Amino acid sequence: MSLLCETPSLSRRAVLISGGALFAWAYLPRFARAADKRDPRLIVVVLRGALDGLSTVGPVGDPNCAGLHGDIALSLSGANPALPLDGFFAVNPAMPVFARLFKAGQAAVVHAAATGYRDRSHFDGQDVLESGLPGPGSATTGWLNRALASLPAGERVARLGGLAVGPSTPLVIRGAAPVLGWAPQALPTPGDALAERVLDLYNHRDPVLAAALQKGLDADRMALGDQLDGTTMKPKGGLDNAADMRQSAQGAARLMAADDGPRIAALAFDGWDTHVNEGGATGRLANLLGGLDGAFEEFEKGLGERWRDTAVVAITEFGRTARINGTVGTDHGTGTVVLLAGGAIKGGRVIADWPGLKPAQLYEGRDLAPTSDVRAVLKGLLADQFGLSPAVLGDKVFPESAAVKPMRDLVA
Amino acid sequence: MAAPFANSVSPDPALVALNRFGLGAKPGDEFGKIAADPRGYLEAELKQQDVALISPDGPRNAGLLDSTAAIQASMAAAMERKAARAERAAAVMQPATDDPAGPAVAKAKPLVPHVEADIYRDEAQARFDKALTATPGFVERLVGFWSNHFCVSVAKAPVVRACAGAFEREAIRLFVLGRFADMLLAVEHHPAMLFYLDNRQSIGPDSRAGKRRGRGLNENLAREILELHTMGVGSGYAQADVTSFANMLTGWTMAGREGRLGEPGSFVFNANAHQPGKAVLLGKTYPDGGMGQAEAALNDIARHPATARHIATKLARHFIADDPPPAAVARLGTVFSKTDGDLRSIALTLIDMSEAWSTPLTKLRSPLDYVVALRRAVGATAGNEPQRSLRWLSVLGEPLWRPPGPNGFPDRTDAWVSAEGLKTRLDIAWQAAKQADDIGDPDEMLGSLIGTSVSAETRQAISRAESRQQGLALLLMAPEFQRR
Repeated sequence: MSLLCETPSLSRRAVLISGGALFAWAYLPRFARAADKRDPRLIVVVLRGALDGLSTVGPVGDPNCAGLHGDIALSLSGANPALPLDGFFAVNPAMPVFARLFKAGQAAVVHAAATGYRDRSHFDGQDVLESGLPGPGSATTGWLNRALASLPAGERVARLGGLAVGPSTPLVIRGAAPVLGWAPQALPTPGDALAERVLDLYNHRDPVLAAALQKGLDADRMALGDQLDGTTMKPKGGLDNAADMRQSAQGAARLMAADDGPRIAALAFDGWDTHVNEGGATGRLANLLGGLDGAFEEFEKGLGERWRDTAVVAITEFGRTARINGTVGTDHGTGTVVLLAGGAIKGGRVIADWPGLKPAQLYEGRDLAPTSDVRAVLKGLLADQFGLSPAVLGDKVFPESAAVKPMRDLVA
Repeated sequence: MAAPFANSVSPDPALVALNRFGLGAKPGDEFGKIAADPRGYLEAELKQQDVALISPDGPRNAGLLDSTAAIQASMAAAMERKAARAERAAAVMQPATDDPAGPAVAKAKPLVPHVEADIYRDEAQARFDKALTATPGFVERLVGFWSNHFCVSVAKAPVVRACAGAFEREAIRLFVLGRFADMLLAVEHHPAMLFYLDNRQSIGPDSRAGKRRGRGLNENLAREILELHTMGVGSGYAQADVTSFANMLTGWTMAGREGRLGEPGSFVFNANAHQPGKAVLLGKTYPDGGMGQAEAALNDIARHPATARHIATKLARHFIADDPPPAAVARLGTVFSKTDGDLRSIALTLIDMSEAWSTPLTKLRSPLDYVVALRRAVGATAGNEPQRSLRWLSVLGEPLWRPPGPNGFPDRTDAWVSAEGLKTRLDIAWQAAKQADDIGDPDEMLGSLIGTSVSAETRQAISRAESRQQGLALLLMAPEFQRR
């Protein structure tokens, strides 16, 4: 699969077209447009805790929504009206950046989406979401890393590796392909001398620790080279507040904007498990959504010209109950949203085969029924951005998922 | 992920006792003596009276509050903060005057002190003090294991920040060598857990309160008890069991500030919020018995075979290997069932198992274990504690009593062998070495902290260090110090 090479040229384009035919694709993958110097990037944001899709992008045109979501249902009227997207759906008013990008054709929503997982355990659900395996189990690698590993060796995206943001590596990007680690600098750093000595010792005694430390040092140097602001650093526990989300996105964007920076990154934001006093247009969930919105803004700003070729996708393990629970929150559910943003996205659309919210239309009588597979969205992005074939996507990246076809035309 | 240099030779038994089971060596620990009878060394700690408790007699521990007092302090502080906010808002609303001192006075008004942060700091200090002196710290490791198994997060609310330390002392430490069912009951009755997993506000839909107020069920606690605290995910319960169990748990709450239901901040059973009637869990019908209904269910699931399997697997993973030998898991599960969940028998079984002494030391120390081991190794330093340790834990991704979710912090090596994590450990080792009061000969430190099984490469790297500080930092980064 040596279809990709460093310098785009007309002749290479011809090769790529025949490559498409070789794989029997009915459409030309977007990555193949070598002539306009596309340099695609993909950022995956994992929202851990199960995002309430109905409070993120509310079906304000569905007469049954307000009854189910009660006082916290999004509405086009009131003090904090939701921001209309397409006449049927409106986005939470905490997300003005997303609404602006949507209007500009740079953001889209896939609604009533879920992975193949149908139970309601966060931790199994996250495992399935991040591992890309058909069911829960002791997964050690993630689909994003396997996608990276499936690219032809030496190809630019593969060679530059991935980026994991935060103090620990999200499962989605763990695996054999090289991954840089980065989190905002929070401690005074020792000189290179100590680092070199420890690395030397690890190289002799413990290659696993050596590889991890080497990548940590590399990412640190890249970030320092970009003069990341080192004065406003905060403790780096889970990224579960708006300021941390924004800051980590800022760092990721600067690393990824570099010509030799990673083209693929994963971030994990915590805190979406809104069982109590979830709030609607304002409140707890809205604060978190504001953080996510801030992250979108930082990606857009930090990536600069490269935003044009970037796709950002935010995914969560499952949705929440359509009906609010007894404590003005929502319990674990099924269908939810996938949020897409970036200059590469063919935006301005809410993509949904809307299942409805009448009692009989709810999954198991309680949840938004899933009509789209999250994996289809992710496969579509990987195909369009990096040219991975349906066969590789259905076998290596998302094992045993051949029946889940890549969603087409997500990328402009 | 196995360490690449793992070989068929069993690890130094002194290192197994100190690192696999304990919190790491302290200067002066005698490796030869420990290696001669490592099991006896560990058993001796288990025999100490009240070994798991934080003694209130210690001068620094005398002020620790029980959870009720801590929560009341937090409630009072919340009221003061509210009043201060109202006052500030009122000051802003006043018409502007020409006197510039007017608004400035309002601004300069002292802020309400954060009593929750003070309590949290004192509790952290007590916990570190205990961890730094424990010998070898096997019991503290068990406390850490159960505290993570039954975790709460201080990020949930100021009230949880105030009582997270008390929760560990009252619901975990008291039972860590006792019966599992007793610990389970104590944990699920505790205001910290009822607050953290939202049961405090869960109301039976057909209860008097439910009918009157139109509020209802919250199934968070019920689900996590089954999934995380006892049986484990995929062990045979269904959504209907979760809902039913949530109904049984309604009414388990904490008395509010006004004290209408009982002593503010204490556990109370609110019969008005309890879903009336019988309930079915895992095929068994529980007649309505008020608070006794869910207690009976907890006592049953504490003894469920799936619970024995789940706990045995987690313990073996924590102490032996990420993918523990099946025989070790089976034996722990059998002991759990046969002894009715006697955690002292489980601890003795752990240190009796041959697998514990033959499996290579390939797990990476968790951030918490690393920071404690480092402080035990280095001794007194110029660092400002406990803030420095708490900050280290935050930047390493394991902030104290603040897990990302109710499943606690990860317990597998691949979760902690991250690029950023290793780089941060390097920063911390350097900072600790720079701040160490009195560094002896690094070669001698090697003997008393890693022992005779140290690799030639580690020994050489340390002997060639360009300063004592650098030598100590290298020791703290050595694979023998990172892995356990």
